[in-house]
Amino acid sequence: MSTAVASHAHPPTSTGLDHRKIAIWAFIGSECMLFASLISTYLVYKGRSVVGPFPHEACDPPKCATHLNAILNIPVTSFSTFVLLMSSLAMVLALAAVENRGKPGYEGILGSSKTWLIATIVMGITFLGCQAYEFTSFVHEGLTIRTNLFGSSFFTLTGFHGAHVSAGVLWLATLLAIDIKRGLGPKDALLVDICALYWHFVDVVWIAIFTLVYLIK
Amino acid sequence: MNDEDFKHTNPEIDIHAMGEMHEHPTWREYKWVALILTLITVVEVWVYYTPFAQSTMFVPALLLMSAVKFAIVVLFYMHLKYDHKLFKALFTGPLIIAMCTLIALLFLFSNHPKPV
Repeated sequence: MSTAVASHAHPPTSTGLDHRKIAIWAFIGSECMLFASLISTYLVYKGRSVVGPFPHEACDPPKCATHLNAILNIPVTSFSTFVLLMSSLAMVLALAAVENRGKPGYEGILGSSKTWLIATIVMGITFLGCQAYEFTSFVHEGLTIRTNLFGSSFFTLTGFHGAHVSAGVLWLATLLAIDIKRGLGPKDALLVDICALYWHFVDVVWIAIFTLVYLIK
Repeated sequence: MNDEDFKHTNPEIDIHAMGEMHEHPTWREYKWVALILTLITVVEVWVYYTPFAQSTMFVPALLLMSAVKFAIVVLFYMHLKYDHKLFKALFTGPLIIAMCTLIALLFLFSNHPKPV
């Protein structure tokens, strides 16, 4: 195995791997089970709401006070899905900029980790903005977490995901603050890598939610 | 290639700690991955608005496209394709348990009567 740089060396471990990276993968594994339980709950309750509004079907009296169209807004969610996917691209480019700082081919914008971190943060906030717009419009149309089984399971699932995105944005902001203060270099690659793993995980969870909740009728 | 052979082109990077077994993709490869992910998403949304959405193949097709996107992000963006096998086990183990739990719950509750 290649030798590690002394300034970045970690205490010896039985696996030879840094505990922080093992921990983030174990955490991501546990998060898989958390989101699987939330998605399972949504799917089990799917189509079992007694009163509207409903996700994919219109609702008429007596199930609703007035006629309501299907409540899910696919164009807005498609846009936010695209934004989150592109934020993952910006995140890997931030990691590549940190890992390859000063190397040929990584001059200019490609080597600017600050640019890519800012881009990731902006796209994360845009996603959260779309979610806030969606939640607000649902409430205005009469769907709250207490309205029916769809509302309860939908707001719980997407709310948990939104909370994870918010935590990711805060984590990215701390990395950006470090980058502005002293600059992130190859010796900090692990710090950025761990944050990137979390961010990509949030992205893959949304890939599953987008299909299972929004597109499957 | 085993981990004894691999040396990162940047000697400052502690590949031992990061568990990297291969060099990560370049930005050009990342760009292509992003393009593929975008195309799959466009197809997913497009089929939602076509008559194909009434077909029995609609749900399997969506699940397949979603699984491909999931795998691409995990393998290329999360670098699981290039990382240590312990990380692969730490992710795929719980993922398999999670998927089995999801499928079991769906079978368990699929015969429950729906409210009228």
